[in-house]
Amino acid sequence: MDSQFERIPQEKFQFVQKDTDLRDKKLETKSRGYFADAMVRFKKNQSSVVAAYILLLLAVFSVVSPIISPYDVREMDKRYVNTPPYVESLAEKGWSIFNGAVVHDSQNEASMDYWNGIALETGHNPLLNVLSKQVKTSKQRGKTVETATYKIQTNKYYEVGIVYMVFSFEDFEKIQQWQTETGFQVIYPYVEPKDIMGITNNPNVWYQVKDEKGTPVKDENGNFIPAYSTSSASEGAPYHSIRIAGDDGSYIYSARKSGAVQCRVEYYNYYKYVNGHAPQYYFGTNEKGQDLFCAIGMGARFSLVFAVVVSVIRFVLGTIYGAIEGYYGGATDLIMERISDILSGIPFIVATTLFQLHLAQKVGTVPSFLFAYIATGWIGMAALVRKQFYRFKGQEYVLASRTLGAGDWRLMFRHIFPNSLGTIITSCAMMIPGVIGSETSLTYLGIVNLSDFVGTSIGELMSLGQRSMTTSPHAMFWPALFFSLLMISFNLFGNGLRDAFNPTTRGED
Amino acid sequence: MLKYTMQRILLMLMTLLIITCMCFVLVRMLPPVQLPAEDPHTKVILARREAMGYNKPYMVQFGIFLKDVFTRWDWGISDKLYFGQDVAAIFMDKLPATMIVNIYSILLSIPIGIALGIWAALKKNTWIDHTISTLTMVVISVPSFVYAFLIQYFLSYKLGWFPFLMNAGRNYLDWSMFVSMMPPVLSLSFGVIAGFTRTTRAELTEVLTSEFMLLARTKGLTKGQATVRHALKNCMVVVLPMIFGEFIGIMSGSLIIESIFAVPGVGSLYINSINGRDYNMFMLLTVFYTAVGLAAGIVVDISYGFIDPRIRMGSRK
Repeated sequence: MDSQFERIPQEKFQFVQKDTDLRDKKLETKSRGYFADAMVRFKKNQSSVVAAYILLLLAVFSVVSPIISPYDVREMDKRYVNTPPYVESLAEKGWSIFNGAVVHDSQNEASMDYWNGIALETGHNPLLNVLSKQVKTSKQRGKTVETATYKIQTNKYYEVGIVYMVFSFEDFEKIQQWQTETGFQVIYPYVEPKDIMGITNNPNVWYQVKDEKGTPVKDENGNFIPAYSTSSASEGAPYHSIRIAGDDGSYIYSARKSGAVQCRVEYYNYYKYVNGHAPQYYFGTNEKGQDLFCAIGMGARFSLVFAVVVSVIRFVLGTIYGAIEGYYGGATDLIMERISDILSGIPFIVATTLFQLHLAQKVGTVPSFLFAYIATGWIGMAALVRKQFYRFKGQEYVLASRTLGAGDWRLMFRHIFPNSLGTIITSCAMMIPGVIGSETSLTYLGIVNLSDFVGTSIGELMSLGQRSMTTSPHAMFWPALFFSLLMISFNLFGNGLRDAFNPTTRGED
Repeated sequence: MLKYTMQRILLMLMTLLIITCMCFVLVRMLPPVQLPAEDPHTKVILARREAMGYNKPYMVQFGIFLKDVFTRWDWGISDKLYFGQDVAAIFMDKLPATMIVNIYSILLSIPIGIALGIWAALKKNTWIDHTISTLTMVVISVPSFVYAFLIQYFLSYKLGWFPFLMNAGRNYLDWSMFVSMMPPVLSLSFGVIAGFTRTTRAELTEVLTSEFMLLARTKGLTKGQATVRHALKNCMVVVLPMIFGEFIGIMSGSLIIESIFAVPGVGSLYINSINGRDYNMFMLLTVFYTAVGLAAGIVVDISYGFIDPRIRMGSRK
């Protein structure tokens, strides 16, 4: 019986429909690949699309902001510490946002005189507006006396006023040249301490005072009486630049101080001289004097790049480990599962700390940090890949491929793996906010210190901002806002990806 | 079932031992802290180190460590932070603060989370559901210290309802202590509420579409009766293990919240021991956190098996 089927003569085989035309209807829709299909589903989900745009915006911000900001992230200006945000175009509109305003409570008349003094001398009025005024009447020596306390807003950029600075003779000359060229008054006339009741720690006092606290003496019109020094004996160096109004040529502008010259310098204009532009911090500065606009950008750059690198490396390691586990199964699977069980039991903070303590001296902070993330994170990816492999291992196309002679690795990565690509990409995308979150937490706590590598990080900015939260909330607000936006949009984006690649898990009815 | 439980517990103990050994060796490999030569304490510290076996091979050191722990419950003496005091005693001292903050947070957040989840699932696809889902999404994405900042700024500073930091001292049952504990409790709660809301909502929507619900309505039960008697029990299958996991997690506090609100608990002890290089304390806390994490995992797995017999893992040979 068998011989009847063993060798069937070739003539008995005939093509059935080789020459006829098949009159099937043409496909009316375009064929879409897997990813194109997922993209269509993704775009239908509005929140994910919005999240994707916000992410793009934040990424562009982090790339662009250190470039367009005139400051460097390591620049820490000690005098403009905790300055509120100031954007010139918005401040001029008078909307009272972004105008560098700081609220001062319970200012008495002497403080108001102080601010007034700065305004009169430098021409930059620190007083923005008076928020409220309370008048208290009390009896003093039989007469009713009214004392007024004010609550005012001041412009922090002008609050500094005048400071004492010591220059060498060459610097003094250079400043004078700059003054003459640009017309901005940097150096103001010197005031000798003996003329102002011995006050040496308040460079803003240029008028005659009654006591050591700086209460001014007013003439009959209620104006200040200037107390500039005119003794040319103590003059430090010759002054031939522009003079202030009311100077008849006798004021001295510097004092001798052990081989150098001490002057009263208006910090705002001095800043212009040193840096070439007026101080303007778009997002303000924090406690250290760092410009927040630039620092957030730098920190974000590091976080994003770090998270992407960690994701990619975890993806590679986890996939290979999970593929081997899932494909071979049996004893290999059991042993590898035990190993990942043990490794996953280690709390992440412990692992990071140990790596930090051991490796930070040898290879630097960031590589050891990177290593800690990779060493503990591939386990989740491996478990996911293993699950997917178990799902697809028994499918028939795998069997068919194996029958045709495909080797193990080809089967694993050419046939089984692409089916799980959607889930894997989603989990990669969801891993990134996790890494950013835990990296920010660790830098916030101060366990990992990134300042030598990249200047700052968002966690560090938030930690600094929190210390001065009550007086200058902007230092905490901007980093927190950026960070929250980043995390929320990444999560929405990841959710959208997950729904797009795998519509069955959406939980719809 | 019992055999399965025993297996898991033994496995957990073995994992704990291996992790402890690894961490121990890694910690001991770090160079010991340099001691000032003239300090009279130095001799004491050096003698103690000799007793702990610092110059012997690592396995011998580990053996000494285990012997101390099991026979005398001696986890070592703190070198830098609380000089000369027993590490275990300090730890026990700090534990109540963490536990109380966590207990309050759980008592507050689990009922609220489950209630919100049920409400969102019942009113699916209405604006209530959308609002709750979006809020949950937002709250889950952002880590807890951002809420801590918001709560500190708005509730403590602007409105003045709560103090900035937790009250010092031990009288935990005092009303003012309770008020001062509210900010950390609230910060912790947000995350837990969001997690429970999301899970409950997902589970309940899935259960509500099952066929036995249709049958219940066909039999004549009202929507409320069908939901309470049939759907809720099924969705609790997933939620109850989460609750158990949270309870076990009572003991491990959040490091960040504790450092922000100055809660004198275990988390801040951990950070201080890291920054202060106090290795004995670090060792104890590492073992503690690992044990808590593993125990939570086991309790969750076993309770899954108890509640839903279909999910018993590995019991079919």
